[in-house]
Amino acid sequence: MGGGIGLNHFLVLSLIIFSLGMLCVLTRRNAIGILMGIELILNSANINYLAFAFYGGGKYDGQIFAIFVIMLAAAEAVIGLAVVLAIYQNFKTIDVDAAETLSG
Amino acid sequence: MLATIIFYGLALLTVGSAALVAFSRNIVYSTFALLGAFMGVVGIYVLLAADFVAMVQLLVYVGGILVLTIFAVMLTAGIADVTVSNRAVGMAPALVVVFIAGGVMAYAALRTHWHVAAVVAPAPTTYGIGNAFLGDYVLPFEVASLVLLAALIGAIVISRHEARE
Repeated sequence: MGGGIGLNHFLVLSLIIFSLGMLCVLTRRNAIGILMGIELILNSANINYLAFAFYGGGKYDGQIFAIFVIMLAAAEAVIGLAVVLAIYQNFKTIDVDAAETLSG
Repeated sequence: MLATIIFYGLALLTVGSAALVAFSRNIVYSTFALLGAFMGVVGIYVLLAADFVAMVQLLVYVGGILVLTIFAVMLTAGIADVTVSNRAVGMAPALVVVFIAGGVMAYAALRTHWHVAAVVAPAPTTYGIGNAFLGDYVLPFEVASLVLLAALIGAIVISRHEARE
């Protein structure tokens, strides 16, 4: 299946997705947009795990770690969106520049 | 070669959707573009002979996280205000940071000589993954359930609307 493609193709694809996710995290001012960038970054990390697992001889350790990453991403999304909803209840907006009560 | 064509198609879908997530001015477009990115990644996983992880990705990301994100987008206002719903600031310095970090990682990834083992024929992975979860990885597996329970309770506590007197 993926054997004829080469490891570097997957690494470059993962790198591009990571860069787009980081750009999303750095420039967005919508809190949900920032969480979407984090999801992209976690997906790119998972592509790397599975690519190295595939080209490393088909062991299962890389896939196990990918499943743990997916599990933590689910927990992170649940907590992150709960925080976003709590911010929305207090500030009536989810623009992260507006929620600056703690800034000195 | 068929696998190469499929790979480039999936890569195009994933990168295009991720770019739409990163650059769209409308938060709703970003959210639905995330669907394309996740589906492309599912295809990449299948290409890497990880059938079980692909199904987990489909169930958890597309069926869980994406639906949750759409709910959060719909529950927070500003949707109708299309032009400013997904404001982006500081694009120039962010691009500099991303290009520096991406360049360093590309240099590290492409200049390293990776030792690639002989590719084995794709086989069902559920048997091996199940054995690993109940063997070597049984402690992280149990801790993961605690993490999920804590996240569940934490989400309820955080998002509960306090009745103030």
